[in-house]
Amino acid sequence: MALSDYLIFSAILFSISVAGIFLNRKNVIIILMSIELMLLAVNTNFIAFSYYLGDVAGQVFVFFILTVAAAEAAIGLAILIVLFRNKRTIDVEELDSLNG
Amino acid sequence: MNPEINIAQYITYVFAAFSLASALMVITAKNPVQAALALVLTFFLSAGIWLTLEAEFLAITLVLVYVGAVMVLFLFVVMMLDINMAQLRAGFIRYLPIGLLVAVLLAVLLIMVVGPAHFGLEQFAAPTRHAADYSNVRELGRVMYTVYVYPFEIASVILLVAIIAAIALTLRRRPDTKRQDPTQQIAVKRADRMRVVDMKAEAKK
Repeated sequence: MALSDYLIFSAILFSISVAGIFLNRKNVIIILMSIELMLLAVNTNFIAFSYYLGDVAGQVFVFFILTVAAAEAAIGLAILIVLFRNKRTIDVEELDSLNG
Repeated sequence: MNPEINIAQYITYVFAAFSLASALMVITAKNPVQAALALVLTFFLSAGIWLTLEAEFLAITLVLVYVGAVMVLFLFVVMMLDINMAQLRAGFIRYLPIGLLVAVLLAVLLIMVVGPAHFGLEQFAAPTRHAADYSNVRELGRVMYTVYVYPFEIASVILLVAIIAAIALTLRRRPDTKRQDPTQQIAVKRADRMRVVDMKAEAKK
C-alpha cells in the first residue's frame, strides 16, 4: 500500500461529506453527521502520515481531534435540542430570527 | 511480492470501498436513523483501516468513543425530535447537480495533489511492520504524558466544559412541577405551622 492510496481514500471521503452538506442543506442533523465524516477523513490523513513518516505525533493529534469532536458533537446536539424545543423545527432556512 | 502483504492490501481496499459506500448512504439516506446507522458502519470500517495503519489504540478509541457514545447520542437526539423529513429533503433534487459538481471537482483536485505522483511508493516507501511485541499504546502514552502533557490536560478541561455546557443547555425547570425544598423543610419554625389560640374553656351545654 502506498501512502497515496490512503490519502485518496480520505480525499474521496471528504468530498462525499462536502456533497452531503450541499445536498442536505436544510437538515441540521445530517449536516452535523457530514462534519463528523470530514473529521474522520482528516484523522485518516493524520494517521496515514504518522505511519509512513514513522512519527507518533500524528496519532497524538488524532487523539486531540477526537476529544474536541466529541465535545463539539455533545454541545452541538444539545443546542439542536434547545432549538427544536423553542422553534419546533430544525430546518436551517426557517432559523432566521437574527435576520432582523 | 509477499502473498501475506497482498491479503492485507485486499482487506484494506475492501474496507475503504465499503466505507465510502456507507458514507454515501449517510448523505443520501431518507431517514436520519438510517443515516446515523450508516455513519456507525463508516466509523467501524475506518477503524479497520486505522488498524492496518498500526494505530490500534486510536482504532479502538474510534469504536468506543464514536460508535459507543457519539453515535448513540445522535440516535437518541434523532428519535427525540419529531421532524418532518419530507419537508427537510425538499431541496435534495434541486441541489443534486451543484453538490455533485462541487464534490467531483474537489475530489479530482485533491486526488491530483495527493495522487501517486507526489505521495507514491517512490516518495514515501512503505515502512517495515513493527514486531509483534510492539505496543502502540505504550508509544502513544510515552509521548502524550511527557511532550504533550499540557495539551492533554487542556483536552480534559474541554471535555469538562462540554459536560457542563450540554447539561446547562438542556436542563429545564418546569414552573408547574410540585417539588419539596429540603432547606425550607428543615428551617421551619414552630410559629410557621402552629398557632396557639388563647380562649376560655367552654362548658358543655
